[in-house]
Amino acid sequence: MRNTLIILNIIFVTTLPLPAQAALNIFACEPEWAALAQELAGDKASIYAATSALQDPHHVEARPSLIAKARRAQLVVCTGAELEAGWLPLILRESANPDIADGKPGHFEAAHYVHMLEVPSRLDRAEGDVHAAGNPHIQLDARNYLPVADALSARMSKLDPDNAAHYDKRLQAFRSSWQAAIQRWEAMAAPLKGQPVLVQHRAYPYLLNWLGMQQLAELEAKPGMEPSAAHLAQVLAHLQKNPARMVIRAAYQDEKPSEWIAQRARLNAVELPFSVGGTAAAQDLYSLFDDTIARLLAGLK
Amino acid sequence: MFKCKLLLMTPLLLALAAPACAYAAVEDELRNMREQIQQLEKRQQQAELIAQPAARPSTGEGAFNPAVSLILSGSYGKLEQNPDVPITGFAMSPNNHGYSRSFSLGESELGISANIDPQFRGVATFALSPEGGSSVENAYVQTSALGNGFNLKMGRFFSGLGYLNEVHAHAWDFVDQPLVYRTFWDKQLGEDGVQLKWLAPADTFIELGAELGRGRGYPGTDRQDNNGAGAGTLYLHLGDDIGVSHSWRAGLSVLQTKRVDATSEAFGVSNSFGGDSRTTGLDFVWKFAPNGNSSVTNFKLQGEYFQRTENGDLTYDTTATLPNLPKTDSYRVTQSGWYLQSVYQFMPRWRAGLRYDQLNSGNAEVGTNLINNIPANYDYMPTRTTLMLDYSPSEFSRLRLQLAQDQSRQGLGDNQLFMQYVMSLGAHGGHSF
Repeated sequence: MRNTLIILNIIFVTTLPLPAQAALNIFACEPEWAALAQELAGDKASIYAATSALQDPHHVEARPSLIAKARRAQLVVCTGAELEAGWLPLILRESANPDIADGKPGHFEAAHYVHMLEVPSRLDRAEGDVHAAGNPHIQLDARNYLPVADALSARMSKLDPDNAAHYDKRLQAFRSSWQAAIQRWEAMAAPLKGQPVLVQHRAYPYLLNWLGMQQLAELEAKPGMEPSAAHLAQVLAHLQKNPARMVIRAAYQDEKPSEWIAQRARLNAVELPFSVGGTAAAQDLYSLFDDTIARLLAGLK
Repeated sequence: MFKCKLLLMTPLLLALAAPACAYAAVEDELRNMREQIQQLEKRQQQAELIAQPAARPSTGEGAFNPAVSLILSGSYGKLEQNPDVPITGFAMSPNNHGYSRSFSLGESELGISANIDPQFRGVATFALSPEGGSSVENAYVQTSALGNGFNLKMGRFFSGLGYLNEVHAHAWDFVDQPLVYRTFWDKQLGEDGVQLKWLAPADTFIELGAELGRGRGYPGTDRQDNNGAGAGTLYLHLGDDIGVSHSWRAGLSVLQTKRVDATSEAFGVSNSFGGDSRTTGLDFVWKFAPNGNSSVTNFKLQGEYFQRTENGDLTYDTTATLPNLPKTDSYRVTQSGWYLQSVYQFMPRWRAGLRYDQLNSGNAEVGTNLINNIPANYDYMPTRTTLMLDYSPSEFSRLRLQLAQDQSRQGLGDNQLFMQYVMSLGAHGGHSF
C-alpha cells in the first residue's frame, strides 16, 4: 500500500506543474476540421486531430490518448449530427473538462451551420444507422466550408479575444481564396454532371448534390451494415437496366465490396480521400477537393 | 406607280411590324424576368446554405430525456458436468461459474441516463434476472462540472479497478467472465459509496482513482455494525497510443476490505471466517488496428492478474453440538488468478477469440487447532481454455458460439458449448476502450 502511495505521489507531483498554454488548444474530431482550424488560426492554435481519414468516424473508441488530449482542450471542433455519438460523449465525460461540454463556447459542431440533407422523416434502427439531424458527412461539399469557417472564426475570437483581428484577417483571406477555388472545382467537375454512380456507404449526398451527380444505389443494404453478398447481387441485377459509371468508396472502407461489383459490372472502383490525409495527394483542404475531383474524372474513363 | 405602292405599303408594313416589335419587347421582358428569377433562386440557395438554423433540436443522448437502453440476451449451454459444482480450492469464495444448462434467458439489462442539471448526470441500470425480479446494478450520480480533471461519482457503481470490472455483461468478448472474476469478485465488484477520479493534465493518459464504500459486495461484508467505510480502493490507469495503429492501457489496483462472519460450506460443514482482505491487481489491454481503423480488421490482447491475501480467524463447524464444539484459530491464505485473452476481427462483422484462465488456491497457514480439519493445500490448479466466434450483423446485434474445456474442478473435466445472442436497443451506447 505504501509503495503504491509513493508511486501515485510521484506521478501527481511530476504532472502538476505545467507551463501555461500560449496557443488556443483545439481538439478536432475529424481531420477536415483540424485543417480548417489550421487555415483560420495559423500559428495561434495548437491542433490535435482525434481521427484520421483512414478511420471510420462512426466507429472510433474513446481511447485513453483521446481522453488525455481532451482534458486540456479549450475548443473541440466536431461534425455533430450524431456522427461522433459513439465516442465523443464518453471522451467529454471522462476528460472532466467542463469548458468543452455540449452547449459551452468551447464546443463547436459544424453541422449546426450548414443545410442538412437526408433528414429522416422516421427514426427506426430497422433503417440502419440513420442520424436524426440528417446525413452527417457534410465535408464533401466545398461550399459548406464558408458558413462553417465564419462560425468557427467567430468562436475562436470569442475564446481568444486578444487575437480576434488575426482570426478575422485569416478568415477573409480564406473566404476569398476558397470562393475562387470553388469556381475552379465547379468548372473542373462539369463533365461529372448527371453521371450515375454507386456508393459503398451513404456518405456522398453533399458531394453528389454539389457536383450534380446521381446516386443509383448503395452497396450497404442499410447505412452502417456491411455489404452482404445477397444485397450486392441485387445491386448487380439493378445495374443491368441502369448502368452506372463508377462505384465510389472512402479510403477507410473495405475495398472488397466495391472491387467485387466493379469487376462484374465492368465499372471503375474509385477510392476517394473522404477527408484530409485519405490519399497521398490530399494533404490539405484544397488538395482534398483537387484530388477528389481528379479521381472522379478519372473514374469516367 | 412603284413609289405609290411603296407609300401605300408603308402603313401596311408598319401595321404588320408593330405586333412583331411588341412581341420582341415582351420576349425581352420575359428574358429579364427569367434572369431575375434565376438570380433570386441562386441567392435563395446561397442564403439557405449560409443560413444558421437558430434552433435545431438537440440530438444524441439528450434527444430523448432521459436516454433509455435495453439489452436483450439469451443463451444455450451444453455441459458435461453439473454446473453447481464449485471451483476446487476456493471454498471461502462464492465461486459459482455462472454456467447454465440448456436454454436460458440471459440477463436483460435496462439502462436509463440523463443530465440532471448542468452540475450532475444520473445513471441507473437494472438487471432483470430470468427467474423474475430485478436488481439494481448501477444507480449513481456523477459530476459534470467539477473541472480540473476531477470526476466524482456517488451511489452504486461498478468499481473502476482492473479492466473488465466496469464492463457490463453485454460488452464482454466471451459468454462468461474469466474464472478469476468469478472467484475474486463474485462476477463483478459493485460498490455503494463514492468514487473520485483525477485525470492528470498530460498528453499521456494518467488517471488516479479512489473509492470508499460500504464493502457490500464480496470480498467485503455488508454489515450494520460500522459507521466507517467497509472498503477502500485505489487504482492507477496509464494509457497512450503508439503510432496510429497501436493503443494500450495498463493499470494497478489495490482493494482493502474486511470480512465479518463470512460463512462458507465445505465438505458438508459450515465454517465462518473474519479478518482482513487485501487484493492487488495488474491489468493491461493492447489494441491494434491497421491505421487505427478498427471497422475492417482489429486485434485486442488483454490480461489481468489478481492476488488476494486473507488474514484472520476461521471457525470450523459453526453448527457443532456437544460433545464437539466449534473450533477457532488463525487462518491466512494468499490466492491468485489470471487470464489472458485475445480477440481478432478478421473481416467486417466476424471475430474470433481465445482465452486462457488459471487460478492458484495457494498454501494456507492454518492455526494448530484447525490443522486436522482445514486443508492447507488443495494441490490442484484450476484452468480453462475457451474459444469464441461471433458475428455482428450491425453494431447493435451479436450472435456468438463458444467452446470451452473447463478443468476448474478437480477430476471433473468439462467440454462445454454455448450459443448466445446479445442485442441492444434504444440509446446508442458509447464505444469505451
